[in-house]
Amino acid sequence: MSIETAGFGAFIIVLVMTLVTLSTRWGGVFVMSFVPIGDRVKRFIHAMSGSVFVALLVPMAAAGDMGARLALVTTAVVMLLSRQPLLAISAGVAAAALVRQI
Amino acid sequence: MTVKTEELHHLNRSLVWSGFKQLAPISLFVIAFGLAFGLAAKQTGLSDSTIVIMSALVFTGAAQFAVLELWGTQMPLLTMIFTVFAINSRHLLMGATLYPWLRNLPPSQRYGLMMLSSDANWAMAMQAFTAGRPGFGLLLGGGLALWTFWVFGSWLGIYFGSLLSNPKAIGLDVVLGCFLLAILLGGEKNLRMLVIWTIAGTSSLMAYWYLPENSHVIVGALAGGVAGLFLKGSKR
Repeated sequence: MSIETAGFGAFIIVLVMTLVTLSTRWGGVFVMSFVPIGDRVKRFIHAMSGSVFVALLVPMAAAGDMGARLALVTTAVVMLLSRQPLLAISAGVAAAALVRQI
Repeated sequence: MTVKTEELHHLNRSLVWSGFKQLAPISLFVIAFGLAFGLAAKQTGLSDSTIVIMSALVFTGAAQFAVLELWGTQMPLLTMIFTVFAINSRHLLMGATLYPWLRNLPPSQRYGLMMLSSDANWAMAMQAFTAGRPGFGLLLGGGLALWTFWVFGSWLGIYFGSLLSNPKAIGLDVVLGCFLLAILLGGEKNLRMLVIWTIAGTSSLMAYWYLPENSHVIVGALAGGVAGLFLKGSKR
């Protein structure tokens, strides 16, 4: 099922995104008000919320150019050493920009 | 859980203002990230109003960036819904972890507060609660700060976006990747997570190469989730 992104379609997409995001912001609290969320469900959600990042990242690295790959490596190294997200992201983006100038 | 749970949920103007001020220092980063989003969205072909309305209503950086990757003349609706849900599924856990304090609030405030929950203000609110200090000022005030700077940054990006001829040259296309990686590595890191991430990454790559377009996010996220279900260990 696909939807046109031109004109009104874009607003439908934004509306759907809003509803899906709200369902996650409200869902945890809503469910907890009836039954405590069990360990198994927590394990699944916790693993999935990290895995979706990996699932987006790996193809990005595989399909990306040298700049993109170096950016990711730089971010990882700076993040692990400094624990400063802002610094790590800036360093990664700068690395990509630098490699592409050469 | 602290003894005085009943008092910690208090919320007044000075607590909200103090929360706003405490989150303001990371505002520069949020503006920069919003600017990158506005730029990228403009380059992808979204209209100016769509970009601002999306940032204002959806208010979630990573998912908004990820949707841009899917944006063509057509948008695969189910893939988009799953991608946004999976990226934001950590909000489910944020809500659940705040529940011991949220339960003391009337439902309208409870759900109103959660509309502004985001990684940074949730983390600071949780820190405050576990230290026995009131945290909802941080959640609300901090959330308002993050929201304002996010929307402002997105708007800035639209206008600077039209000046920029080659966003790739300044590394704009890698912002999402670096952002995701930084969040991922800022969280729990241990052998169990490494195994889960390896399973997720391998499944995603296989799907990227051999399955229909855009299925890799769903496949990788679910594979990692299922792996987490079966791998016990440190619990959260």
